[in-house]
Amino acid sequence: MDAATITSWMREIDIAVRAERDHLVQLDAAIGDGDHGTNMVRGFEAVVQALDSDGGSPPGKLLILAGRTLVSTVGGASGPLWGSALRSGGRVLGDQATFDGMELVEVLAAALASVKDLGTAAVGDKTMVDALEPAVDTLRSRLADGVSLDDAIDEAAGAAEAGMRSTIPLQARKGRASYLGERSVGHQDPGATSTALIIRALQKAVTKDS
Amino acid sequence: MAIETRKMRKFLNDPAQVVKESLAGLAAAHPDLVRYDAAAQIIVRKDAPRRGKVALISGGGSGHEPLHGGFVGLGMLDAACPGEVFTSPVPAQMLAATKAVDGGAGVVHIVKNYTGDVLNFKLAAEDAADEGIKVTSVVIDDDVAVQDSLYTAGRRGVGATVLAEKIAGAAAEGGADLAKVTDLVKRVNDRSRSFGVALSSCVPPASGKAIFELPEGQIELGIGIHGEPGRRRADLGSASEVVDVIVEAVVSDLKPKRGSKVLAFVNGMGGTPLLELYLLYGEVDKKLRAAGVEPVRNLVGSYITSLEMAGASLTLLELDEELTKLWDAPVHTPALRWGV
Repeated sequence: MDAATITSWMREIDIAVRAERDHLVQLDAAIGDGDHGTNMVRGFEAVVQALDSDGGSPPGKLLILAGRTLVSTVGGASGPLWGSALRSGGRVLGDQATFDGMELVEVLAAALASVKDLGTAAVGDKTMVDALEPAVDTLRSRLADGVSLDDAIDEAAGAAEAGMRSTIPLQARKGRASYLGERSVGHQDPGATSTALIIRALQKAVTKDS
Repeated sequence: MAIETRKMRKFLNDPAQVVKESLAGLAAAHPDLVRYDAAAQIIVRKDAPRRGKVALISGGGSGHEPLHGGFVGLGMLDAACPGEVFTSPVPAQMLAATKAVDGGAGVVHIVKNYTGDVLNFKLAAEDAADEGIKVTSVVIDDDVAVQDSLYTAGRRGVGATVLAEKIAGAAAEGGADLAKVTDLVKRVNDRSRSFGVALSSCVPPASGKAIFELPEGQIELGIGIHGEPGRRRADLGSASEVVDVIVEAVVSDLKPKRGSKVLAFVNGMGGTPLLELYLLYGEVDKKLRAAGVEPVRNLVGSYITSLEMAGASLTLLELDEELTKLWDAPVHTPALRWGV
């Protein structure tokens, strides 16, 4: 995998959040303030533009550029959270031109660590962590089991989707949904939903690559 | 786009440009007080930076006008960073505002307690510190409708924000130092409690859809300023009965001493006329006095709104001599003016 994988990942995210924009808005209106779909579309549109005008940076630098773009365009909580996540992930790769599956795990693990640190959230709080953490864990353990990257990343995306659905019965403990207390139960978390889209987009980019 | 816009009962050219166009209009209306930096999307006091004066900035999602841009001017804010409607601004805006107003005495960031605002202001304060600017941040969290516990994001920042901006702004205008101005923001927050109710939803321009549906004859008790549902729904009673609920919620949490002097701020959410707000204030005044609390200062009007939501909130601030004096000090901003 190389810089093209990152560009392709960001394009896939742009397509996915655009397609799911109204769904994300609906989920957010139910337990938040209804801007999540709009914010993610604005952010990843800007990321794709920024990457288009980049002249051949290595993959780590592209992730940092994507993260910086999200911080400066999205606002809300998802801007700083995904922005910091991609920047932290990008720093793991430094200046290297290519990366392998285990290095991708380290990128995602760094992204997860930064989300948990900034958002002070853990699995079970009904946030994006509920989708991201199982994806990272699954990718790491399946690759360690010797499963091919294509299969492992597919399982990781499945784990993110399962994590996303696991937020439905949970009571929110972080973010705006936490104001609702018990009334947040029964709704799927919008942040976990867009996170599942982002990991599925990664799967598409990686599979296309190989 | 044009057809979509016409479906909404809103004056829009392009929903995506609503914030920028409104800010340009604010600056056009008050060129003596503020300027609009369109590139950075910030509203800055016209004579900023003022050398040696502690500067105050605030910001948050748009849709709460006149908060915050309408409070930029003499004796209040030095700059405001408006985000998209109901979306926190981004760190670049806060950093640009901080740099535009820093007069060498430091900058106070007044942050309403919403996860997005807190995270973005945190990143901006780190960037400002990297550039050698002294920044302090105070998070406002006065909404008693939200349980303050480890299991929530904490109480929301609402009406106390306006009071803190006015009182701390007056102190900064009078030459108080960074520690003092910061402490005043904290004190106002510590001594303030708020509770809001809604009779209708608001309609964000980007989606064009109401955030929630409230059946006729119902009231949402404990509403947030972004259409976040409150503690519970109830049948809408008389204004006197509604004020009983609001005053009880605020007073039982603030626990003012008997004989306390307070500032009572009856705020409209955007869709409730002044006719009703003054009616509510009359009820609040009566009930506070009956509870042994004396409203010696008040503010009645729509100052921290939620687009066109019908509803109102009450903020009580327990006053002391210093806070009262600072409240009375001159202020001249697009939305608040006295003593000038």
